[in-house]
Amino acid sequence: MDFRDIEDPAALVRGTPQELSRRQFVKLTALAGSGLTLGLALSGCSRPSGTAPLSSATGEASASDAFAMPFVHIAPDGTVTVLSKHLEAGQGVWTGLPAIVAEELDASWSQMRVASAPAEVPAYGNLAFDPKGRMQGTGGSTSVANSWMQLRRAGATARAMLVQAAAARWGVPASEVTVSEGVISHSSSQRKASFGELASDAAQLPVPADVTLKDPARFTLIGKGHLPRLDSRDKSSGRERYAIDVMLPGMMTAVVMRPPRFGGKVASFDASPAKAVPGVVDVVQIPRGVAVVGRDLWSAKKGREALKVTWDESAAEKRGTTELLAYYRQLAAGKDALTGSQRGDADAALARAHKVIRADFEFPYLAHAPMEPLTAVCRLSPDHCEIWAGCQFQTVDQMNAAKMTGLNPHQVTINTLAAGGSFGRRANFESDYISEVAAIAKATGGRYPVRLIWTREDDITGGRYRPLNLHRIEAGIDGGGKVAYRQRVVGQSIMAGSPLAGKGVDPTAVEGNAADEYDLENVSITWSKPQVGIPVLWWRSVGHTHMAFSKEVIIDELAQEAGEDPVAFRLRLLGKHPRHSAVLQLVAEKAGWNQPFARGKGRGRGVAVHESFGSVVAQVAEVTVSGDDIRVDRVVCAVDCGIAVTPDVVVAQMQSGIGYGLSAALWGEITLTGGRVDQSNFDRYRVMRINEMPKIVEVHILPSASSPSGVGEPGTPPIAPAVANAVRMATGVRFRRLPFDLAAARKEQKA
Amino acid sequence: MSIRLTVNGQTRELDVDPDMPLLWALRDHLALTGTKFGCGMSLCGACTVHIDGQPTRSCITPVAAASGRQITTIEGLSTPAARAVQAAWVSLDVPQCGYCQSGQIMSAAALLASKPHPTDADIDGAMAGNICRCATYARIRDAIHQAADALAATPE
Repeated sequence: MDFRDIEDPAALVRGTPQELSRRQFVKLTALAGSGLTLGLALSGCSRPSGTAPLSSATGEASASDAFAMPFVHIAPDGTVTVLSKHLEAGQGVWTGLPAIVAEELDASWSQMRVASAPAEVPAYGNLAFDPKGRMQGTGGSTSVANSWMQLRRAGATARAMLVQAAAARWGVPASEVTVSEGVISHSSSQRKASFGELASDAAQLPVPADVTLKDPARFTLIGKGHLPRLDSRDKSSGRERYAIDVMLPGMMTAVVMRPPRFGGKVASFDASPAKAVPGVVDVVQIPRGVAVVGRDLWSAKKGREALKVTWDESAAEKRGTTELLAYYRQLAAGKDALTGSQRGDADAALARAHKVIRADFEFPYLAHAPMEPLTAVCRLSPDHCEIWAGCQFQTVDQMNAAKMTGLNPHQVTINTLAAGGSFGRRANFESDYISEVAAIAKATGGRYPVRLIWTREDDITGGRYRPLNLHRIEAGIDGGGKVAYRQRVVGQSIMAGSPLAGKGVDPTAVEGNAADEYDLENVSITWSKPQVGIPVLWWRSVGHTHMAFSKEVIIDELAQEAGEDPVAFRLRLLGKHPRHSAVLQLVAEKAGWNQPFARGKGRGRGVAVHESFGSVVAQVAEVTVSGDDIRVDRVVCAVDCGIAVTPDVVVAQMQSGIGYGLSAALWGEITLTGGRVDQSNFDRYRVMRINEMPKIVEVHILPSASSPSGVGEPGTPPIAPAVANAVRMATGVRFRRLPFDLAAARKEQKA
Repeated sequence: MSIRLTVNGQTRELDVDPDMPLLWALRDHLALTGTKFGCGMSLCGACTVHIDGQPTRSCITPVAAASGRQITTIEGLSTPAARAVQAAWVSLDVPQCGYCQSGQIMSAAALLASKPHPTDADIDGAMAGNICRCATYARIRDAIHQAADALAATPE
């Protein structure tokens, strides 16, 4: 049963959301008997058969006719639903996680379904964030990696119980029962049964304490060709339900007017002009601003346009990008820095280097700009709060919603829906948009369910950006070809103020640095933390977005200084990094690196390699430069992500990471003037379009027997330096600032 | 004010502000949520619908301007070209987050309706208005070619 299967989706056309028929309302609320069931029903590609309750995380099979374990639910019709503890934001976990279960279960791919797990720890905690599972959340490209053994065991356990049930029913030894493609068989008695036929028997059995996992050599689904995504059909028909699509009886829509400068607060406001707008039902103050609630988005938006707010900007950040960069340069020149990584004596090695490159690299703030603007729905009663959103940090979101509504976290139900992109944006410790919708529901007394929508302007100007960064680098090479490297990083801490904040260096500020990634004997990476009031956040690959760039550009320039081939030079510095070397060699082979490259007419070719989130990615970019325009013609990508559970998803994520990284390299920047953000929509915050995407993006996956590592983010870091290195080959111009501005870079280089 | 809209072959009366963008009339008043909001300024194409067969950004089209015309949303796609596009999208697993894909499919279906054998340049021209932050562009291009081939192979 599914929300959308109650009747044809078009049936909802019969009533506006406020006018759902009594009959539809009864059906909806019957389905909503447990928040879990409604959550499942709304969660995209879930189609658990019937309304049999799923026991959530008790570890016990339910007593109904369905088989229900924390991660695996088998319905009488034979469908196997895997509960995803992770948010599907495009990265493919709704396919990768079921694939792991299906493999150990020996299920047929066609019987697999997926649904979002409820917010419940430790059952659904992220084991990479905390081995005890006390925090449910998605991030750091950990979904498949931390679920790998957990879901293999879950699948193998369910399989063992089905086998046991078959053996008992048929009176044969369990050792003679086999399972293949969703069919349980006993060959000598020629008996066969489907999973559905045995689900209720299996559900009555004790859960085995120990199970044997498959030998990876016997995998038939994992790593084998193209397993169709479980969400493609709904996402190709408009049927996928995102938070912005949730329609609850009587629901109202809110937008929030937030301070024009970060750190501003409401001093006073006049609600009357907003309330005079037809369709506006409430205007209420919440911690971050003033919410205007209307019967639809349009009236709420018109109401907000009419609203008059006076802001208290006494504590607001009033500096612009220019002032901030001047301040960052002061910090880079000062002595007040923490040590991120250190080996040997970089200063002494630099003093005896034959050639030294000195460079300041500047990286702008970046907005994530997921296609679905931040949206959340909240229904509040005196003792219960229910949230629908593309939640990325369920445990944190639950706590923040509880705080805003004066309830306990266990009184908050989280329905995690598919997110229309995130790239890190939906994971933050204040749960910004979820806290806002809960605060609006509280301020309006829970009189109606409320949906909060951020407009695109709210999204682009709303903060939580990839931090502005300055890198001051001195790198040298001596007569023996040895590299000395000193880097001063200045950038805000993402972790500051969060429960994960430590006392010393924020590891996300200097991750993927040259000391980590190359065998350098003399290297020093320091970090200075500026005091700035712009909220920052992890942005697809976090610190690697900037650290990979300066490292791979400088290493490439050193290769040139040394008169060595960029690939050979890197290989020489990667002796202790066999995975880097293997990936680099693979990309060089596939890109035809050792064949002559037709230069001239603005053509150039560049390479970069970088490890992030446990995976190593190398990319070769080929560009054509005409005038000041850069066209990326071809990208060859090689990746070692351990076992590639769903290789087609890995390919898609590499393509995606490349496209996302190119947007930032070529155009992406958030600038501020006097504390106000200069961009507000896709006109000035330019992103990649189809005509600008490289026509050829080839992805090659290194065979591996290691456990799976990250895939969602590691494709992003190498592309910008690979392109910069290609442009340098084509034009001789070095980029020291992102996004790339060839005309400006030429001018600076001449001066 | 009462506005009469014909959406996916059904005619409905709506009591809405005539300046309300068609997008919000479809989504908030007709619960046709397959059409998405992305930018509100005709910059991203997530809101693309067909009006009298032409791909149109519903986020900047006043609902009054759509009255009396044939509006088709992703929920109402039914032509052979549209079905071929959707089938290719599924077979190549084009979507990632999927949020922009309704708009992409509406633009692609309109392209194939007017150009059964689009070149890469035709695809660039017709699809450049549709942003995909997941950068599924290579598969979008492949899927359009695959749909064109499938249509060509299907007897009328």
